[in-house]
Amino acid sequence: MIKVSLYSITRSITTFVLFFTLSVSFAQEIPETPEAIADGESLFNANCKTCHRVHQKLVGPALANVYDRAPSIDWLKAFIKNSAAVIASGDDYAVNIYNEYNKTQMTAFTGLKDDQLMNLLAYIKAETEKGPPVAATTTAAGGEGTGSGVPAAYLNIILVGMLVILTLLVIVLLFLVSALKRFLDQKDLSEEDKEVINSPYTVGSITASAGFRFIMIFIIASLGFKWTINTLFSVGVQQGYAPKQPIAFSHKLHAGAYEIDCKYCHVGAMVGKNATIPSVNICMNCHRSVKTESAQIQKLWAAADWQPETLTFGPNQKPIEWVRIHNLPDLAYFNHAQHVNVGNIECQTCHGPIEEMEVVKQYSLLTMGWCIDCHRKTDVNTKGNEYYDKLVELHNQANKEPMKVEDIGGLDCAKCHY
Amino acid sequence: MEKESTKKIYWKGLEQLSNDSEFVKHAHNEFAPGPEEDLGHSRRDFLKMMGFGVAAVSLAACEAPIRKAIPYVNKPEDSTPSVADYFASTYTNGGDYCSIVVKTREGRPIKIDGNELSSVTKGGTSAQVEASVLSLYDNARLRFPRLGENRKATWDELDMEITDKLRGINLSNGKIVIVSNTILSPSTKAVIEKFKEKYPTTQHVQYDQGSNYGMLKANEESFGTAMIPSYDFSKAKVIVSVAADFLTSWLAPVEFTGQYAKTREVSEDKKEMSRHYQFEAGMSLAGANADYRTQIKPSEEGAVVVQLYNLLAAKAGRETISGGVDKPHLAKAANDLWNSRGNALVVAGSNDKSVQVVVNAINDILGSYGTTILPNIPVNYRQGNDQAMADFVKEVNAGSVAGVIFYNCNPVYDHPMGAQLASGLSKVQVKISTSYKEDETAALADYIAPDHHFLEAWNDAEPKKNHYSLAQPAITPIFKSRAAQESFLTWAGETNVDYFEVIKNNWKNWFYKSGNFQTWWDRCLYNGVLELPVEETSVSFGGDVAAAASAIAANYKPGNGFEVFVFENGTVGNGSQANNPLLQELPDPITKAVWEHYVTVAPADAKGINFAEAKTEYFTISINGQEPVKLPVLVQPGQTPGTLGIPLGYGRTNAGKVADDIGKNAYPLIAMVNGSLNYSVGGASFQATGERYQIATTQTHQTYMARQTVVQETSLANFSKADWKREFQPKVATWKDPKHKVAPGELSMWKGHEYKNHHWGMAIDLNTCIGCGACVVACNVENNVSLVGREEVINRREMHWLRIDRYYSSDAEVSDVRGLEIAAENPEVVFQPMLCQHCNNAPCETVCPVAATTHSTEGLNQMTYNRCIGTRYCANNCPYKVRRFNWFKYHDNKQFATANPAMNTDLGKMVLNPDVTVRSRGVMEKCSFCVQRIQNGKLQAKKEKRSLKDGEVVTACQASCSTGAIVFGDVNDPESKISKLLKIAPANPEKPFGIDKITGNPRAYQVLEEIGVKPNIWYLTKVRNKDSAKA
Repeated sequence: MIKVSLYSITRSITTFVLFFTLSVSFAQEIPETPEAIADGESLFNANCKTCHRVHQKLVGPALANVYDRAPSIDWLKAFIKNSAAVIASGDDYAVNIYNEYNKTQMTAFTGLKDDQLMNLLAYIKAETEKGPPVAATTTAAGGEGTGSGVPAAYLNIILVGMLVILTLLVIVLLFLVSALKRFLDQKDLSEEDKEVINSPYTVGSITASAGFRFIMIFIIASLGFKWTINTLFSVGVQQGYAPKQPIAFSHKLHAGAYEIDCKYCHVGAMVGKNATIPSVNICMNCHRSVKTESAQIQKLWAAADWQPETLTFGPNQKPIEWVRIHNLPDLAYFNHAQHVNVGNIECQTCHGPIEEMEVVKQYSLLTMGWCIDCHRKTDVNTKGNEYYDKLVELHNQANKEPMKVEDIGGLDCAKCHY
Repeated sequence: MEKESTKKIYWKGLEQLSNDSEFVKHAHNEFAPGPEEDLGHSRRDFLKMMGFGVAAVSLAACEAPIRKAIPYVNKPEDSTPSVADYFASTYTNGGDYCSIVVKTREGRPIKIDGNELSSVTKGGTSAQVEASVLSLYDNARLRFPRLGENRKATWDELDMEITDKLRGINLSNGKIVIVSNTILSPSTKAVIEKFKEKYPTTQHVQYDQGSNYGMLKANEESFGTAMIPSYDFSKAKVIVSVAADFLTSWLAPVEFTGQYAKTREVSEDKKEMSRHYQFEAGMSLAGANADYRTQIKPSEEGAVVVQLYNLLAAKAGRETISGGVDKPHLAKAANDLWNSRGNALVVAGSNDKSVQVVVNAINDILGSYGTTILPNIPVNYRQGNDQAMADFVKEVNAGSVAGVIFYNCNPVYDHPMGAQLASGLSKVQVKISTSYKEDETAALADYIAPDHHFLEAWNDAEPKKNHYSLAQPAITPIFKSRAAQESFLTWAGETNVDYFEVIKNNWKNWFYKSGNFQTWWDRCLYNGVLELPVEETSVSFGGDVAAAASAIAANYKPGNGFEVFVFENGTVGNGSQANNPLLQELPDPITKAVWEHYVTVAPADAKGINFAEAKTEYFTISINGQEPVKLPVLVQPGQTPGTLGIPLGYGRTNAGKVADDIGKNAYPLIAMVNGSLNYSVGGASFQATGERYQIATTQTHQTYMARQTVVQETSLANFSKADWKREFQPKVATWKDPKHKVAPGELSMWKGHEYKNHHWGMAIDLNTCIGCGACVVACNVENNVSLVGREEVINRREMHWLRIDRYYSSDAEVSDVRGLEIAAENPEVVFQPMLCQHCNNAPCETVCPVAATTHSTEGLNQMTYNRCIGTRYCANNCPYKVRRFNWFKYHDNKQFATANPAMNTDLGKMVLNPDVTVRSRGVMEKCSFCVQRIQNGKLQAKKEKRSLKDGEVVTACQASCSTGAIVFGDVNDPESKISKLLKIAPANPEKPFGIDKITGNPRAYQVLEEIGVKPNIWYLTKVRNKDSAKA
């Protein structure tokens, strides 16, 4: 009896060990397929980029070669999933990193699956092999004013040309007047006529003329009218509105320098009507350990009533009252998910170069004309979306132009007003 | 136009039938009169105001207000702002039950839908369930526990005092009574048992406003157990109801409406439906839907049941019993019942044991037990014990009760002996109420320990045997309330009680079998319901029919004077939710009155009352030994002469601003007969006071031209014929050839639209629509529709986007006065939900000078509020009269604070749907086909990169309809439910996406088809199960 059970135990142990080594050796192969790398890239951007770069030290270490550097792939997996546990276990390598980076705790990513982690490593490997980027070339957020019509340079040339022609015209006219005068002087004319011819042009005579008055009144009235219309149209338009916020948060730093993905903080943009201003707990993902001495970050801590000893939120939480910058009227319905998720529109299309803004300002007009204009010009992002299949087919039967938002009811009143 | 071949006439109110001059004036003025011109202002004033206005606007425009955006500190992981979350829960109000799904936004419940996973309510709701979400935000709710006369207390203080007092009573062996309505929750009952263990002298008394104690006793006599069985109307081919309004108030209307509608569905493949006989005094909703309706007096209910028994007993060879009275259709009903044995059902509304024993005997003869009546699945909806409650009131007055706890009930108001109880309460040492409001009973209590509203609380329910249901909170408690169960346990000496843990443990012990408990529990919570198998049992009838017959004969004798009956109507019901303005402004399904309490009388008894346009007189009703009741009279066609009907649920004095002082309390009229409460009383006299009164009703508002082109109906006998066609199919002559006549749809001045993507349409089955009004409330809540109050309804300015037109019809000649009387005596009734028809050639669109109402690329008629300048041309030009004008600013306006709290109090505003604009003064509004739901459904499909599936977009009215009468969907999709129901095909195969669609369903028609506006709503002809078209 004992023998048998011993045998069965040893057998099960060997199977287990065999299976384990097999699976480990299998798992340690970092995939090199483009799909894996692409998946890894999106995972990296969504989860890691906030604190890590491949070739550069940021909040956490640079990740190049990490798969060779770290004790093992399994160690890496365990660390990413729950670094605190690894450190607590007394692992030397982990403790050293922890101390090296000012005892900054890495966020636990319990939700990531093993194959996702392998894809992540695949991306890091690919990037490592590419080597650090050569001095980044900044390309302008191009295409400004490149709609239809004549380029600006030509316009200037045309304007100058017209000015030259007009001046020439005036000179010719002056010549004509003096020639005519000379011609009339040689004629026999009555005294009265001569007086008229020789009467000098004075400022008084010009301003007193009915024609001049009419032109002046017309010009002033037109300008006044235009000003009134412009003013009325700008009522409620807050383009350029850049109020002071309770915390001097810099998009230039976060979105620009650190290239944190917009959707990391604005979590609602992909799913709902509101892009949502990040809740304090999102800020605290990093700022529980990053730049904690700053007065601005202390405001965050106060809002969260952060308890650094227990790493928890305290009982006296107080929400931060941000000043709302983009104020659509209640009568207009706007949904971020439709535009960001379905339409795949860049945030910058409406919010401008947010990654360059120290203080955020309203970049676009946010008027109905502005919305409509875009709906007329923008192609529908139909690629890979089965919802649009029938519409695209019908559209292509009659049209060669790509399908615009306008073509599928993008100008219906009840798209935005209900 | 072809002459209609039917002689039937349709009318909305008596004034229309008699062509009253007042009515004609209003009907011809296509539009409701506007506010009176104020001539006190001169042109100079106007200019001054104008100047000031312009200056104010430009000044205000200079600086936009600073708006704050305040995110969560710690955002809950599973909830994103602006994305709705749904929670399965349970609506319970006394014994009324509905399994529901609560829609929340940013943690606020904003809408209640039915839960389709429940086999009991099957996704249906009722007006009261739909409206209950606003009761959560009732301003009359208690903010904190109350001690003595209006003293704010903490829970600790309250608990200490109460525990002290209860212990004192316990030591002196005094009696404690817990009074409640029916309790459906098994966990709550377990909690009360624990309380009893601690205080052994405790007695628990349950009572119901609409009692069925007589049935409990009758079943005890007949079958040995005091229970009420499940009824399954869906299996019944012949239904006979003696004064049971099973579509409004009898037992479980949410359940019965769905079952009933199943039997009323007809199609080309199923040309059969149930036949429904109703014998009753007042016109009830069930009576209005019946095929044959017979007028009886309340005192004759027993005799009618006895007669029916005798007719059937003669066929079955059983012994007949004495008594009985012959009534029209009774013999026919007996024949039909006998012929459909096993598929027949007889129900009676009477609360008298003797009557119910005879009804049981009839159902026994018909073999209903085991088919249409399921005694193996008893229901718990009504557990009230009339005798115990009456004894309790006597004990209170005798001073033998030391402590009383009113658990979420209000007997001082809604029990017949309420006044007696109120005066006796001073003899009780400790009076505690757990009511969440200071109602009539709580006002007399020493302590109020406010319970949560049901949307804030954990609870469970067992509506039927082995059918369980969970309630989970959809919002954190708004005020300092506490679950009543926790209060009971705390007073019983337990510490740190958490009722959630109590329920969870109970369920673990009672129902959980194997597997991972947490997974099982999460599944239960997600589903909201847990249904366990019930074994089959059979019962055998052992009641004494002869004794019952003699009791009936002894108890009901025709007396002198009028017979008064009280009933729960389809709006405020038993009055527990009377402070809900959604229900007050919901037109009563039959009378169409709003914000009103009245007494209904038969036209024959109302001679001399000029009842045009609901202008009426006050009458006093005196019953022996009772204080006379003064109420305005409402003349009700179809009511039995010699009877007076008074709705319950009015005359509240402590309900809150909305309900207080509307009408009189009718509960005191209820008396004990044969050991249970009897909801009618004889020997009443009825005198005019000469005081005039205007009842607010929507009855004849928005009336349009001829009726035959609006309501279409036929008899089952006709419909069963192979070549049946609708009787009214308009044709128009063309100028080319006057003799050649074409359908109006074939001609058009317009180029038409092309709907490449979706083409939204709706089908409404007049056969299954019972007219209950749940859809109206659902529409109000979903679309932030303003409530306007009584005065404004009288001014014909109600804002409902969806109304239910109730037509009476009769085929009598109405050329003379006698004809009028016959017509109004016992008319047939048709209900027709009327909403924006979303015409493809919409008359409103062409007359708008600013293009504020336009057509969408998906067939919707869009209304753009911000573009509207309020000319009201569109409403004038609308043939269906479904457009509503905002005569006032109904939000943030003190004038409407009472009628429209959802837009006027901070608390009330929490119910508003954030996806729908709140309209301001001076703009037009109307049904949008729930465009916010359409847009949301499409977005969901686009986000998931797939095409939109049928059934994903459901309008609020459709979702609320327990009978499935409303079907909404994409008629461009040949696989959609609506396309299949209507058998939709494109009129022109070359242009499959054009507006013109042909319907292959012979019952489908469009209202006012002949004017060629091509609506996107089709109605299905009503079919009555009559032998011939004539009654």
